[in-house]
Amino acid sequence: MFAASADPAALAATTDNSRKKRDRDDNSIVGSDFEPWASKRGEILARYTTTEKLSINLFMGSEKGKAGTAISAMSEKVRTRLEELDDFEEGSQKELLNLTQQDYVNRIEELNQSLKDAWASDQKVKALKIVIQCSKLLSDTSVIQFYPSKFVLITDILDTFGKLVYERIFSMCMDNHSILPDHFSPENVNDTAKETCLNWFFKIASIRELIPRFYVEASILKCNKFLSKTGISECLPRLTCMVRGIGDPLVSVYARAYLCRVGMEVAPHLKESLNKNFFDFLLTFKQIHGDTVQNQLVLQGVELPSYLPLYSPAMDWIFQCISYHAPEALLTEMMERCKKLANNALLLNSVMSAFRAEFIATRSMDFIGMIKECDESGFPKHLLFRSLGLNLALANPPESDRLQILNEAWKVITKLKNPQDYINCAEVWVEYTCKHFTKREVNTVLADIIKHMTPDRAFEDSYPQLQSIIKKVIAHFHDFSVLFSVEKFLPFLDMFQKESVRVEVCKCIMEVFIKHQQEPTKDPVILNALLHICKTMHDSVNALTLEDEKRMLAYLINGFIKMVSFGRDFEQQLSFYVEARSMFCNLEPVLVQLIHSVNRLAMETRKVMKGNHSRKTAAFVRACVAYCFITIPSLVGIFTRLNLYLHSGQVALANQCLSQEHGTLLFRDICRASAHNRQQWGSSADAFFKAAISLVPEVPKMINIDGKMRPSESFLLEFLCNFFSTLLIVPDHPEHGVLFLVRELLNVIQDYTWEDSSDEKIRIYTCVLHLLSAMSQETYLYHVDKVDSNDSLYGGDSKFLAENNKLCETVMAQILEHLKTLAKDEALKRQSSLGLSFFNSILAHGDLRSNRLNQLSVNLWHLAQRHGCADTRTMVKTLEYIKKRSKHPDMGHLTELALRLPLQTRT
Amino acid sequence: MLSGVVVVSGKDSVQHQGVSLTVEGTVNLQLSAKSVGVFEAFYNSVKPIQIINSTIEMVKPGKFPSGRTEIPFEFPLHVKGNRVLYETYHGVFVNIQYTLRCDMRRSLLAKDLTKTCEFIVHSAPQKRKLTPSPVAFTVTPETLQNVKERALLPKFLIRGHLNSTNCVITQPLTGELVVESSEAAIKSIELQLVRVETCGCAEGYARDATEIQNIQIADGDVCRGLSVPIYMVFPRLFTCPTLETTNFKVEFEVNIVVLLHPEHLITENFPLKLCRM
Repeated sequence: MFAASADPAALAATTDNSRKKRDRDDNSIVGSDFEPWASKRGEILARYTTTEKLSINLFMGSEKGKAGTAISAMSEKVRTRLEELDDFEEGSQKELLNLTQQDYVNRIEELNQSLKDAWASDQKVKALKIVIQCSKLLSDTSVIQFYPSKFVLITDILDTFGKLVYERIFSMCMDNHSILPDHFSPENVNDTAKETCLNWFFKIASIRELIPRFYVEASILKCNKFLSKTGISECLPRLTCMVRGIGDPLVSVYARAYLCRVGMEVAPHLKESLNKNFFDFLLTFKQIHGDTVQNQLVLQGVELPSYLPLYSPAMDWIFQCISYHAPEALLTEMMERCKKLANNALLLNSVMSAFRAEFIATRSMDFIGMIKECDESGFPKHLLFRSLGLNLALANPPESDRLQILNEAWKVITKLKNPQDYINCAEVWVEYTCKHFTKREVNTVLADIIKHMTPDRAFEDSYPQLQSIIKKVIAHFHDFSVLFSVEKFLPFLDMFQKESVRVEVCKCIMEVFIKHQQEPTKDPVILNALLHICKTMHDSVNALTLEDEKRMLAYLINGFIKMVSFGRDFEQQLSFYVEARSMFCNLEPVLVQLIHSVNRLAMETRKVMKGNHSRKTAAFVRACVAYCFITIPSLVGIFTRLNLYLHSGQVALANQCLSQEHGTLLFRDICRASAHNRQQWGSSADAFFKAAISLVPEVPKMINIDGKMRPSESFLLEFLCNFFSTLLIVPDHPEHGVLFLVRELLNVIQDYTWEDSSDEKIRIYTCVLHLLSAMSQETYLYHVDKVDSNDSLYGGDSKFLAENNKLCETVMAQILEHLKTLAKDEALKRQSSLGLSFFNSILAHGDLRSNRLNQLSVNLWHLAQRHGCADTRTMVKTLEYIKKRSKHPDMGHLTELALRLPLQTRT
Repeated sequence: MLSGVVVVSGKDSVQHQGVSLTVEGTVNLQLSAKSVGVFEAFYNSVKPIQIINSTIEMVKPGKFPSGRTEIPFEFPLHVKGNRVLYETYHGVFVNIQYTLRCDMRRSLLAKDLTKTCEFIVHSAPQKRKLTPSPVAFTVTPETLQNVKERALLPKFLIRGHLNSTNCVITQPLTGELVVESSEAAIKSIELQLVRVETCGCAEGYARDATEIQNIQIADGDVCRGLSVPIYMVFPRLFTCPTLETTNFKVEFEVNIVVLLHPEHLITENFPLKLCRM
């Protein structure tokens, strides 16, 4: 038959024009400030769980037995058609009993998948059947605690279905490969698409049961767009009315929530239906306390206080949809309507969860009044106060009410017996307290929390909440002197007895400290408390601690150390570092930081004294130096130690610390020996350098850098070059002979097992040559203030120079030896470049008036070019340089040299 | 007016004795199995009623060329005597069917060729305005008939109305229902659409009712005093405008069925008049 040609579109045609304009104006899409369903989903699934056994009852073909007699007279064809809608797989009735919650979730997911599969394989009727069967599950309220989660799972399937149908019809509208625009009008939809769409609606209209018919139709609400402009706006109110037929108030409120959800998505401008849902819900509100529901609760053994919160997700959602960008007047009206109803705690809660925080906050006192009036046996009061607290954390109540609000609320909260209820509530209210009140009130609140959570070690079950409380407090008290003067703050921290949690909390506190502490501090309260906190973090480190974690902890502790300053009280500062060292000995980066801090302290002292240490300050800097000297060996990283030895040695040198008995002194001795003889020729700086030299043989071939093994030679080269520069100014030790340190270092380099294939050793020797050359100058290039280097010590003494020359010759012999070994094919290139670099060194540092040296350089020049490995351009440049230099006065001898240096032409 | 084309196609040319078209419309009445025993006596009286039967000659005897030949036609539908051209209808006991037959007569040696196809008659929407006929109803234990022990019934009061019992077939049936009070919990409220076909008249008749759709409008113990919408879309395949003739009738009724806990079934019946507009 050709029925149903006149659908609502025809009727609505007259109103269409006026409507069109309004639609365009109101076509407001829901903004990002609307919390979407997706974000609620997970929360609901996590909150509404059960340990009871569930069942899925998919009545495949249930109609057959029940309606069998009535339809016996129907023709065979008719009957099969009807059955098709109800049967899933012909005649099968699946009843899955004793499912755990996880099984249930899995089954539903499977159904979702089979829906997609059925759709993909063009079994549209089967797909519809699956959806119908699934939505039927929503009429089942056994294991009622799970109902909200069930709703979430099943409406996911419905959403999938709605999307599939819409997309299919949408794709049918593609004429001549042109795609329908997003805001199409029904006139653009072709007849086939319309007919298919209509068919879906007819099929759904004939679903026997109310709940599946409702849900399935709601799920494809969007498809009304294909049929007529006004389809959705006519459908929504009708579906809203349809919900009235659902007897169970819980089932019905979730049906409304679904309708609002679909409505918000498809037609957010149609507010009337949302409001109607709300007011209809209020009309049926009394049912919750009616006999039918009560009997059901008794049967399932569920108490009212745990039953009522099952409504919250649905109600919160409905309320949220309505209150979104709603005028104040509507909100007020809604609230007034809620107020009028008895047992309205449930409503109040949803009002508070869904309405704008500002709206709630300005009426806080009203709400407190209403909450107080609520029946004790109904909706749990702590949830109400929690909701109110959440609003107050976001928006400010009127200034004048603030204290009263806190008093009133806390009066109730403190009476909560169950620690879990209590802490959930308190957690929220701490934010309000911190935001608007001083440390006195916060202290009171913390004290109260401690009082509640200590008995029976209740805190053990509430670490997340307690943690969150700490976070809120420190977020508002950036001034740590105020924070730690909150008496109960540290006792509060003591509640975190599980180590991992305690460390987490400490880390939070330190992070905030580092972020917000601007000025260095010496406040003993802060220092004590933070030292305690840092110690807690430090003590959590064990063999199993991950590197990252250690790094993080060290970073936090270092942040603290850097912020401690006793101003001019340097001794106090040093004793702080001493204390810190004893506390944080397991974290290498902290020790490194401490050594740097102490070195800095010594230099600071020098600066204050303008380089002239008094007896007292001299003793002090020596104490600093000793601190470093005995701390460095406890470190593991070899280059860390080397560099710190060098660095500390430089600091010691700068402070004229040249009189320590090597290495054996302990800190306390140094403290006692306050006025040590500074004239003595043993030097404390020496001790560092000697220690560094004796450490060099220990440098391994490969070192671990950021988890990768790398050869260490380049690092060693870098360190040694640095070291040489310092050695220039270190005066010789009278008991150890000329250039004692250099010799010792050369021995170590000699004995070190170098990589065969590398020339690092020669490069180092070249650097040694540079050093020796610098040392033979009459006046050195640089000095340390108030330290006599070898130039003034020896005053260009010929014996010293001879010694120096001897050393040079030894080193050069070594280099030449090495160059010889490179006379093999594969090493020729290396030979060439080394030779050239040696040549350059001689050119820069050597006295070429000496015939031997002159001859050597000429030989090297030839060596570099011998095998054609040299870069001609470099050679040309070098030669040009020599010629240029020769024009300088006193450099005339270079002219002659230049003549002896032929350039090889490549053939 | 029925129009279309007759297509003749053949490899070779076709010799024929003329092509004619026949339109036939009949009402077939059939008695349901359960009624057969009782009404066997006048079984013969339910012979098919012809509404229309006319033939036109399309092509005079001759020859069709090879290949495809299309012959367009227009066929006026003139009913027999004072009969009415009913809408096509396929029910269980009543069938109204129209067929078009094309015959090609051929010489004695070759068989005649016949092709038959059904066509559908749909009455033109009536121009007149449908007058709504609202019905209000109240159901209490007292208003019920067929009650064995009225005292055992729980007390209840159900009120409601149908917006109209004269319905346009393409528009849903609408109304409202309010459970004002009920001692017993309500299990379900359903709308049952029933089709009643009646065959034979003067000599006696067979009346058969078939449920063609059942729609639940309330599930569970609905809120007292809150109106529940009555809304039902007429299924396209199983409904037609109400038909009333001397020999047969096709009528529709809706039952409002209220199921109470534990085992009470209350039915309220409303005859409907469907039409196409």
